Amino acid sequence: MSDILIKDVQKVFKTPGGDVTALKDINLTVKQGEFVCLLGPSGCGKSTLLNAVAGFQPPSAGEIVIEGKKILTPGPDRGMVFQEYALFPWMTVAQNIAFGLQIQKKEKAEIDLTVNQLLDLLHLKDFRDRFPKDLSGGMRQRVAIARVLALDSPIMLMDEPFGALDALTRRNLQDELLRIWEKLNKTILFVTHSIEESIYLADRIVVMTYRPGTIKRDQYVTMPRPRDPSSHEFNELKRELGRLVMEEQQRHAADELKLAAVD
Amino acid sequence: MLKKLQAFAHGALVPVLVLILWEAGSRAGLFSEVLLPSPSAVAVKWWAYLLPTQDYVPGSGSYFTWLISGELLHDAYSSLYRVIVGFIIGAGLALPLGLVMGANNRIYDLFNPLVQILRPIPPIAYIPLAILWFGLGNPPSFFLIAIGAFFPVLMNTIAGVRHVDGIYLRAARNLGVNYWTMFTRVILPASTPYILAGVRIGIGTAFIVVIVSEMIAVNDGLGFRILEAREFMWSDKIIAGMITIGLLGLAIDTAVSRLNNHLLRWHRGLEH
Ligand SMILES: Nc1ncnc2c1ncn2[C@@H]1O[C@H](COP(=O)(O)OP(=O)(O)O)[C@@H](O)[C@H]1O
Ligand SMILES: [Mg+2]
Repeated sequence: MSDILIKDVQKVFKTPGGDVTALKDINLTVKQGEFVCLLGPSGCGKSTLLNAVAGFQPPSAGEIVIEGKKILTPGPDRGMVFQEYALFPWMTVAQNIAFGLQIQKKEKAEIDLTVNQLLDLLHLKDFRDRFPKDLSGGMRQRVAIARVLALDSPIMLMDEPFGALDALTRRNLQDELLRIWEKLNKTILFVTHSIEESIYLADRIVVMTYRPGTIKRDQYVTMPRPRDPSSHEFNELKRELGRLVMEEQQRHAADELKLAAVD
Repeated sequence: MLKKLQAFAHGALVPVLVLILWEAGSRAGLFSEVLLPSPSAVAVKWWAYLLPTQDYVPGSGSYFTWLISGELLHDAYSSLYRVIVGFIIGAGLALPLGLVMGANNRIYDLFNPLVQILRPIPPIAYIPLAILWFGLGNPPSFFLIAIGAFFPVLMNTIAGVRHVDGIYLRAARNLGVNYWTMFTRVILPASTPYILAGVRIGIGTAFIVVIVSEMIAVNDGLGFRILEAREFMWSDKIIAGMITIGLLGLAIDTAVSRLNNHLLRWHRGLEH
């Protein structure tokens, strides 16, 4: 089972201005097939936690275990979608999607088949030979998702993937992601600072505190999908989570003022 | 179409004016025939320099071979050949060294002091050594041109590797690349904008060095030809040779720039 076990995770950054405790006492188990959102204002350690799970920055203390193995390095079993797309600009859409498979030395015929399926799945057929610079933000993020899906990894990590998109494109991609998630039975750990986005998407919303980053609330969302953002239940939860996030946002703002005063 | 024609006419205005004044000045006897021949005299000389020196003898070889047997084409070819061989040697050494220096700080620290000491030495300063080490003929030219091409390519390759956006490295590590693939499929292509800028500078330097190097150790090539013409006081031929050097330089730069545009067609902000 590819549950993600996050045990007593702590992350301290050593900076010239002193130690920054980005994560403290994080305990979280993400079940196989679950869609979990990490929610919180910026600076509360969401990316740090995601990067630890991805294996880019191992925690200072505690451990992350998947399928009985402690995570220390990045790997294609945990595909990551970055906010800044991170597509390789010198590769076409199809080459970007194929790259992960070429690394795994898959047969060419198999690669072509997978790439074509993914181009279909994400409606990218007409763009297969374009370079990323010729694509809109939404299209680029589709390619980034396809590139990760090509790895066929059980776990997808997404760091504010739709943060830079306009509202309509964003909703559109959220729907696509839900469709893919249901179809392919992925485990998704999704970082966002948008309350609405987290309620629209997640089975479970983990609200984090600001400095040190801890878990403030572990909220299950049981509303059936597709969820209606104008419904009473949706807005009720939005208000509740909004209150929690706002408390942390205010601590963040107070901190920034303090720092500004020191400068 | 009309716009293009207008732009062309606009750009041609000053050169044509200069030519007219020059020609008029020559005809009026303002300049000495020996020191500054008229443009028309230079043009006549250039044409003669371009054409085959001997008449075509049927049966002695193909007509085309005869057609390109003129001195100018032979010289241009010789110079171009030296530029290409020298550049390939210089860039061929600089590229791998630049890649490892850019990617590995310890290797960088190891080689950087030597590079910094050698880099300011102009390739021309190597001429005495080049002759001592390689004697006469093409080898000293290759050596000097290689040095001229080496440093621009090296410095730009190092800078290119160092400026690779970390997000590409992270994405690649996430996809599971090993060290070698990271180099060949991520770091190298991501650095190409810098590397190609270095190539362009390197070719430019190589072209300067080839002309100088031909003035010392060989008996053909455009650099040799204009020096030879000086000994006979053929200033028309000197100028004809210089114009050929300019044209060849322009052709090389245009070719490199075309190649750049093709290789960087994925690159943001490069419209063509
Ligand atoms: N490499 C680093 N060095 C020092 N401090 C860092 C580093 N990365 C993150 N931080 C700090 O850790 C905290 C959490 O950062 P991050 O995980 O990026 O937050 P989020 O993704 O929630 O916006 C922030 O206060 C940030 O300043
Ligand atoms: Mg972040």
